[in-house]
Amino acid sequence: MKAHRAPAAMFRANEGMGLWEHRGKVAAVGIGHSPTARRWDGQPETSVGAISLLALRRAIEDAGVDPAAIDGLVLDPTTTTGAHWPKGRPVPAEMLDAFAATDDPLDGLAQLSAPWVLKNMPELSGVKFAMHGDGCMTRAICVAAQAVGDGLAHTCLVLKAWHNYAGRYGQGGASAGDALPGNVAIHALWGTPVCYGTALQFAEYCRKYGKRHEMMAPFMENSRRNGLLFPEGYWAQHRPEDITAEDYNTARWIAKPANLLDNDLPIMAAAAYLFTTADRAQHMRQKPVYILGHASSRTRARSMTATLDEVEADTARTARKLYEGAGISAADVSFENMYDGFTLFHQFHIEGLGYRGLKFGEALDFYQTDISIAGPNPVQPSGGNIGCGRTRFWMHTDCIQQLQGRAGRRQVTGVKPEVAVSGGPMPMGGDFMVWSATPG
Amino acid sequence: MKQGVAPDDLTRPFWEAANAGRLVIQRCAACDRLQHPPSRRCGECRADTALEWQQMSGRGVIQNYAVVHDSPVRLLQADQPFNVAVIALEEDNDIQLYSHLPGTPVDEVPLGAAVEVIFEATANGQRVPEWRVVGAEA
Repeated sequence: MKAHRAPAAMFRANEGMGLWEHRGKVAAVGIGHSPTARRWDGQPETSVGAISLLALRRAIEDAGVDPAAIDGLVLDPTTTTGAHWPKGRPVPAEMLDAFAATDDPLDGLAQLSAPWVLKNMPELSGVKFAMHGDGCMTRAICVAAQAVGDGLAHTCLVLKAWHNYAGRYGQGGASAGDALPGNVAIHALWGTPVCYGTALQFAEYCRKYGKRHEMMAPFMENSRRNGLLFPEGYWAQHRPEDITAEDYNTARWIAKPANLLDNDLPIMAAAAYLFTTADRAQHMRQKPVYILGHASSRTRARSMTATLDEVEADTARTARKLYEGAGISAADVSFENMYDGFTLFHQFHIEGLGYRGLKFGEALDFYQTDISIAGPNPVQPSGGNIGCGRTRFWMHTDCIQQLQGRAGRRQVTGVKPEVAVSGGPMPMGGDFMVWSATPG
Repeated sequence: MKQGVAPDDLTRPFWEAANAGRLVIQRCAACDRLQHPPSRRCGECRADTALEWQQMSGRGVIQNYAVVHDSPVRLLQADQPFNVAVIALEEDNDIQLYSHLPGTPVDEVPLGAAVEVIFEATANGQRVPEWRVVGAEA
């Protein structure tokens, strides 16, 4: 079965689209996570392909469905954290022996495809719909939600996986070379790390609103504290270390005002969800969590890098789209799990959403109040990428688990978990979800 | 030292002008709008036949900056830490170029200051627009 890239029409990127036509009619019913690792150890059983299959099987088991009853599969084929399989290096023989191959030898090793998954999961004998949602888990979720709502599939798996190899992030390839193609050089000649654009926006934010980098420390402490309560996360599994204000304020700069801890840690991990119709969800093992709406931002910066004005205009626009589609307002949101990798843009997301009435420039003061899972204003109960490692999916898993009441030691207690928002990655350019404990 | 540049079809006029000591920016004649980085279509009206190159005055102001301490680019790592500023052009202050601000001490960047373009050689001799401070904060 071939899988095509999701068409633009599957995303709700415009204002004025009204209520999502499938509001409350699509539900998440299963979650599956692989173990995490900092880097691949070279063994087939820990390859990105293997951990993907594991996450998918766990999601199926969690939902309590017959694999043969699943008719849809959506995944992001890109799995790199910034590490690429060296050109010309042969695929290890052990990988060839362990998995059924497609015509692309990098499938399962440095990327994924729906055909590769289906070849290696023969139990998924009923899949008739497969599509690629390129970018990250949120985009794949939008595609799967829309597909189930549109009737393209009634029981659909969603998968996102990441691989990471040896070597420093972003320092191979073009960065190590002596020359760049002209179109790349326009941006890349100045040697900026990936967090540079966010550092610029944060610097402008601090100047405009009179804030300081140190004011981020409570957010960092809270994120790691929550992440250490996430048993599926990297830090909980491998390095149960808190972040203190001192740790944060003395971390080395990457692109000042972004420091090392403002950057998330690349890891290997996979997660899968099972979506189905609201009707079918009633007969599955877990409590359904309903999708009230999804929205996307496809806005581009006018020039080299987005200014604060551009970012704020777009996060406000995203909030209008999201709330309009879900038929809710900011006051209905029980907790937020917006993206945090980089930490210095989390406040853009939640200010745009007007979370707890926040206006632009107020989030860093908000971080100085009780933002814990026990308080009335939880910020990022998942712990996000800072608490769990770079995957861009902890936020969604946490929303589902919180609304099901099975977030364990991470369960929010200061608010009744009824409606949650998650999404990203970038404040300008991303995909966003509204989840609900009821169909609305 | 900056990496060299291998001009491609899209950006060749920009790089050839730099070698000649001129700063040119793409302009859409259909909607009279500058755009940078260059693109094959106008970002506003999507026209692909009305794009031309317009010479700039070479004047601008420093809009923003960060200090890079950990660059992924091997050839620049010996120079860390270094400034990377955002320059807003005089002709349209929504059009930005990056600069290392040669001559400006690290993390002592005068935001809002006037700058003028200079042209600096990269590793393969290709020249690239750079900027130096010429005045106090605007």
